[in-house]
Amino acid sequence: MIQPVVLWSDALLFVLIAVIVALTLWARRQDALRAAWARVLKDGVAMAAATVLAVFVLIGLLDSLHYRARLPDQPGTTARYAVEVNSALDALLSDLRLRAEKTYSAPLATHLYAKEALENSTQREFPRLKHGGAHLGQDLSNREFDIAIRVSRGCAGGLVIWLLLATLWCRVRGLELMASLKVGAGGTASGAIFITLLPILLLFGIAISLGGGYHVFGTDKVGQDVLYLSLKSIRTGLLIGTLTTLVMLPVAVLLGILAGYVGGWVDDLIQYLYTTLSSIPGVLLIAAAVLMMQVIIDTHPQWFATSAERADARLLALCLILGMTSWTGVARLLRGETLKLRELEFVQAAQAFGVGRFAIMRRHILPNLMHIVLIALVMDFSGLVLAEAVLSYVGVGVDPSTISFGTMINTARMELAREPMVWWSLVAAFGFMFALVLAANLFADAVRDAFDPRSSV
Amino acid sequence: MSILAVKDLAIHIGAARPVDGISFDIAAGECYALLGESGCGKSMTALGIMRLLPAAAQVTGGAVGFEGGDLLALPESGMRDIRGGGIGMIFQEPATSLNPVLTVGRQISEALELHTALRGAAARARAAELLDQVGIPDPLRRLDEYPFQLSGGLRQRVMIACALAGEPRLLIADEPTTALDVTIQAQVLDLLDELRRKQGMALFLITHDLGVVARMADRVGVMYAGQLVEEAPREAFFAQPAHPYSVRLFAALPDAERRGGRLATIPGSVPAADVRHEGCRFVERCSEVMPECRSAPPSWRDVDGGQRVRCFLPGAAPAVAAEVGAGDTAMAAGSTPLLEVKDLQVHFPIRRGILQRAVGAVRAVDGMSLRLMPGRTLALVGESGCGKTTAGKAMLQLLRPTAGSVQLDGVELTTRSSNELRPLRAKMQMVFQDPFASLNPRLRIGDIIAEGMQALKVGAGDAAAKVGPLLEQVGLRADMVTRYPHEFSGGQRQRIAIARALAVNPQLLVCDEPTSALDVSVQAQILNLLSDLQRDLKLAYLFITHNIAVVDYLAHDVAVMYLGRVVERGTAEEVLRQPRHPYTKALLAAVPRVDGARSEVPKLAGDMPSPANPPAGCHFHPRCPLADESCRRAYPAETLFSATHAVRCIKAV
Repeated sequence: MIQPVVLWSDALLFVLIAVIVALTLWARRQDALRAAWARVLKDGVAMAAATVLAVFVLIGLLDSLHYRARLPDQPGTTARYAVEVNSALDALLSDLRLRAEKTYSAPLATHLYAKEALENSTQREFPRLKHGGAHLGQDLSNREFDIAIRVSRGCAGGLVIWLLLATLWCRVRGLELMASLKVGAGGTASGAIFITLLPILLLFGIAISLGGGYHVFGTDKVGQDVLYLSLKSIRTGLLIGTLTTLVMLPVAVLLGILAGYVGGWVDDLIQYLYTTLSSIPGVLLIAAAVLMMQVIIDTHPQWFATSAERADARLLALCLILGMTSWTGVARLLRGETLKLRELEFVQAAQAFGVGRFAIMRRHILPNLMHIVLIALVMDFSGLVLAEAVLSYVGVGVDPSTISFGTMINTARMELAREPMVWWSLVAAFGFMFALVLAANLFADAVRDAFDPRSSV
Repeated sequence: MSILAVKDLAIHIGAARPVDGISFDIAAGECYALLGESGCGKSMTALGIMRLLPAAAQVTGGAVGFEGGDLLALPESGMRDIRGGGIGMIFQEPATSLNPVLTVGRQISEALELHTALRGAAARARAAELLDQVGIPDPLRRLDEYPFQLSGGLRQRVMIACALAGEPRLLIADEPTTALDVTIQAQVLDLLDELRRKQGMALFLITHDLGVVARMADRVGVMYAGQLVEEAPREAFFAQPAHPYSVRLFAALPDAERRGGRLATIPGSVPAADVRHEGCRFVERCSEVMPECRSAPPSWRDVDGGQRVRCFLPGAAPAVAAEVGAGDTAMAAGSTPLLEVKDLQVHFPIRRGILQRAVGAVRAVDGMSLRLMPGRTLALVGESGCGKTTAGKAMLQLLRPTAGSVQLDGVELTTRSSNELRPLRAKMQMVFQDPFASLNPRLRIGDIIAEGMQALKVGAGDAAAKVGPLLEQVGLRADMVTRYPHEFSGGQRQRIAIARALAVNPQLLVCDEPTSALDVSVQAQILNLLSDLQRDLKLAYLFITHNIAVVDYLAHDVAVMYLGRVVERGTAEEVLRQPRHPYTKALLAAVPRVDGARSEVPKLAGDMPSPANPPAGCHFHPRCPLADESCRRAYPAETLFSATHAVRCIKAV
């Protein structure tokens, strides 16, 4: 039995997902939007990027279903639950999570990375790992063979699942298997999706099969599996990217349109506000705000039941602070566009009918800005994921107990200075973040092309 | 000996064929005019000759012979010598065809250095000479000025000077005067004509304006849907156009003789460039269709005197009989005025310095008075920048006037707050100039038309039910309500804009150049619609325009504006037939006439002064041929020539 825990960030994330689903349903009925999204759906690169993004989102969502496990009942007491808050992803990866080593070990190693004085010996040796390669026993000669077997087994598993998915899809759509792999089949770039899915599934298969016996990306200073850390970091990155835009967007849209349409002192005030905000060095401002939040959190320990809630509060605070400091760019863009739209004749026609200011902004200005909002939204996402890494590296980012790409890179700073060098946690964080940001950027590019009125014919 | 010989030139953009086999010759020193509506492929032809086509477009066939060589076979480096050196080109929009960050002198010298051996001081001297040649006063000073310091007319002259720098033997002018006012247009056309005669330069003129063709051309080619349909010497073409399309273009022109009647229109619009044609391209819009028109494309047939036509009709196409209208639509004058404007002023402050203090004002409208009777049409005429659009918006309180009074049906508007104005907004509406900017692209037609009814609570609740009949009233189908604006052509969009204004049952419609963005045949449809609506609904129009022919056809009263003030007003008959003010006379004389006749009135020199700094005394005196010392002293009072005809000029007789 478990006790579900809904952290604030989980709730917001699921609200966000619900809003996106609702918007999708609404957009399907809007001709212009449907046409633009249809262009995105037909774009092979965009759909390949979307597939990668979807995998990341799936991992992030699994990591957002939190619970507290029930402790073994003791007679005479009510049910008690563990202090530790885990997620569905933790449960799936419990092998990785629990099989901690003593300290650093290289990817796929069987021995620790540091020499230790062994029991019953005067020599310092590389001790065997407790879990990595433990199934091999004392005979290490067939480690390469074992790895090869596991890799091929993983590949085969991935291939089988991919073939199953592909045939299922073709059965549903009534297509030939090979025909469906062509870009554009079935009205979408389903071919691109399946071609992207193949390497993803192969990598998953290999990771699962190897992860059963080894630490695929090695372990960190305290012996945690780096693959596990990387997967846990995805949720942090996604949350920062999405929740921050959620905070930023309403402010940016409202202030941008108000400044552009109302003009006069309102415009002066808003312009003054964002000019001032954007002239303060960003990292400095964020650092100051984060440190203030930190003091508030530290002085009110009674607000938080578990340490996970505390870390979550700090994450949300970071999103809020990032959002409050990063709306200026989008607001400036929207103000300029509104200034242009305000002079268009359809706005004047509405004024001639005596339509109210806010009705004009809602009916005539906002819909004509939506493409810019959408483009800004997807373009900002990758920037924010990177911003989190930078801030955590500087030390003003997420809570140290929160696993994120930024904290991984921060610890890697020391590891790279070691002799011999520990390179794998940096490489793992880099690889995952690179894939996430590249996919987001490619997708954003396609969205921009599809929604940019100048590029559409 | 022809200097340019285009043979079967075809240009494709994907599946579209904007130019589909066009052939013509231009002799040295000749002016050849290519005439046609927008979307016919005129500009594409010019760009194809210069090999400046957009990346998506491709020349798929034909040959362009220039002085004996084939331009299409030249390497790009050879083509660069031809551009500017052999063939010069000037574009439609003088505001965007000069580089804003380079001085005029630099831009002309650039062309000189490319095509002549002149450098440094010699190039500068030659540039000054060129500016002098295109009639720019004080050329040495102008050389160091930037394009933004020049007016539209001067910019177009600089553009011509640039094009002349390489001493081209052929000048391609793509709608060179469309963006200019009539008085400036007359100056530029005179200049082009003079240059052509002096230098023996051939001129390839692309235009949609029959008046410009009559003024300039030696020969005329009429283009329709990517092909030439008629080619003729100017005299023959204007004496008797042979193709039914040409005949209809003439019949669609508004003028005084068709007053009260209906203009002939060409139903439908130019077919899209990706349509495949079995027979004649004009067949869907032609009233003389014969069975063979649909089966095979007509080939060239000589009429006589060098005139040839692509049409199966033997002889010339019959003239279009003008439909007889219901007579003059005006209600009797003498009732109380619907709109009365007194001393209206709209000033825009010029702010300078850190504290943004007003240091002066642009006097866009500076004390204008006029009155409009119910059911009549008052035309507000003037060059661009004279404040006519600002005045129109200020009357509707879309811009708040600085001073003066505007009374609608006896109710003062200027003192009311925007909430108090709302109930009055239903009485007055506006139709805008650009049908592409005046409809919100994200709203359906039904929502666009219903917006006013909902905002003003007209037609209580059943707004949606009224949209269908409104669409039918303006000649569209009721089932179009669910479509979006981008699915409509320019003329249809203007109809939608009119329906939107009509939805709230206005008595006054301010029409701000409603036809200036439309082709002649579509303009005729809109003008017919407006006069039908006036007859049926007793609407009063304030018609803001610079097109004198439209005024002559439509207006009952005319007010001529110059620099924010009305300089002459009266009935259309009085103002257009017996103009008293020298500005009115010059404005009327500058309009190129279809019959090619030139008037004796001297053309206006120079440009309109800036409304931020109007001349002392009579605003018009710096450009006026009659001005003397007394004109500089005070702004002239109104002189009445009849009960309705008033002129602000001390020299008017």
